[in-house]
Amino acid sequence: MRLDDLRLAFPTPAGPLPVLDGVSATIGRGEFVSIIGPSGCGKSTLFNSMAGLLQPDTGRLLIDDIDRTSSTAHCGYMPQQDLLFPWRTIAQNAALGLEVQGVPRREARQRARDLLPEFGLGGFEDARPSELSGGMRLRVALARTVLQERDVLLLDEPLGALDALTRTEMQDWLQRVWSRHRRTVIMVTHDVREATYLSDRILVLGPRPTRIVKDVTVRLARPRTIDTLTDPEFLRVEALLLRELRGDGSAGPRASNSPATT
Amino acid sequence: MAGRRSLAPSSQVSFPRARTSLARTSLARTVLPPLAALLVLLIGWQLYVMLSAVEPRILPSPLRVVEQGWRQREIIADHALATLTVTLIGFGISLVVAWVLAIWIDFVPGLRTAVLPLLVASQTLPIIAIAPLMILWFGFGLLPKVLVIVLVTFFPIALGLIEGFSAAGPRAGALLRAMGASRWQQFRYVRLPAALPRFFTALRIGITYAVVGAIFAEYVGAVEGLGIYMSLQKNSFRTDLVLAAVAVTAALSVSLFLVTYLVERLVVPWNRAGAGRG
Repeated sequence: MRLDDLRLAFPTPAGPLPVLDGVSATIGRGEFVSIIGPSGCGKSTLFNSMAGLLQPDTGRLLIDDIDRTSSTAHCGYMPQQDLLFPWRTIAQNAALGLEVQGVPRREARQRARDLLPEFGLGGFEDARPSELSGGMRLRVALARTVLQERDVLLLDEPLGALDALTRTEMQDWLQRVWSRHRRTVIMVTHDVREATYLSDRILVLGPRPTRIVKDVTVRLARPRTIDTLTDPEFLRVEALLLRELRGDGSAGPRASNSPATT
Repeated sequence: MAGRRSLAPSSQVSFPRARTSLARTSLARTVLPPLAALLVLLIGWQLYVMLSAVEPRILPSPLRVVEQGWRQREIIADHALATLTVTLIGFGISLVVAWVLAIWIDFVPGLRTAVLPLLVASQTLPIIAIAPLMILWFGFGLLPKVLVIVLVTFFPIALGLIEGFSAAGPRAGALLRAMGASRWQQFRYVRLPAALPRFFTALRIGITYAVVGAIFAEYVGAVEGLGIYMSLQKNSFRTDLVLAAVAVTAALSVSLFLVTYLVERLVVPWNRAGAGRG
């Protein structure tokens, strides 16, 4: 997947507000890449541009050398909220992406049922989302994303809403799912430790208007465990990222009035 | 909704049974207090009439209302059936109008801002002035009554649907678009089911308006129906029979109101599950 000089500005009464200022990156097949940046820098805007929900003013998005700029349905998209629908059972929620793609309902739901045990949701196929915990709902949302069988998974702060303990568990679990399915994962996060723990590479965004200011490769063996957290390489990357995010003074919280910064 | 994050997986097994008994106790809790209050009111009324010896023409006792009403039961039943028929036909047409309009507004961008003010304006028309004109224009048949019912009921239902279609929020729409869903698929998979809880709330408001609208249209002029029956009895100073017809009307409204709950349980089971836990 290649991002080629993406630029985007939102129109405001005070004139265009530039958000993306030439974002370029190449992400290899099967890589786990995190995108991290100061609050309000335009992470979500970049994320939505990659999903095809926002059209960049200039620049291209290439997947396997095919231009996918502002076309949807090329990525598995997982937004911040789990967005499970109460009128669907767990299996039906997980199957939604397949049904949208035109897979016959019965087959889509069967495929969801086949995958759910691997996501620790065996026995909950016919439960309603309201009967599940936050961590379980998140796994349903990820199952829904994985089931769509896109090569690229876009995860927007997937663990942001969880409590610290569940979050650590889910990080391990996310790592396992990724190693088994080997999709390209692009995860937006604001958590430096989470990014370091999970990623092969971390792209650091600068303050708005944003571009990639640092491309950090994480040389840590997999699978990563609690011991990884004290590995010198982990500490080096963590410190590097924190310095980069706080570093040049302009990265602090800024007054923002743009819808793009949420 | 408040309880959607809470969970003990183990509670799931016993959940259906717990839900049933919960429904039963909450039913008793909802139905018994108003019935008791009604009983107290009726006893007080009865005592007042007996002690003050007020003329039955002015204020009949509840027992007299029941007794006289019972003597006229076949006539009242005929009129009630006529009213029920008009109500259901009018409300059925109103539902069709509301759905068509709401879906149309949902699919055509910009239409909402153009049409919604007109819908609001339609609600400010004084029915008390419009209904006699309808009779004047369309006679004593079904049509004017149906029109009155449609006019008073389609708005809350259409509004409930229009707002309901957006109830799942823009993020749900974004999720579906990222999946590659067409506008129609977004409607079918998200916007339509998301609208159903609000639809049923609107349906309940609408059905009570529908009965009132039917009675009112009949009162102004009709061949049969509880409304014209009340009007005729009032003119012959049979206050007891007017009140008997009022009681039947109330029973009719409450019954239709309860039917909407039954239909909702069948169509929107997830909503009840959520409410029971919240």
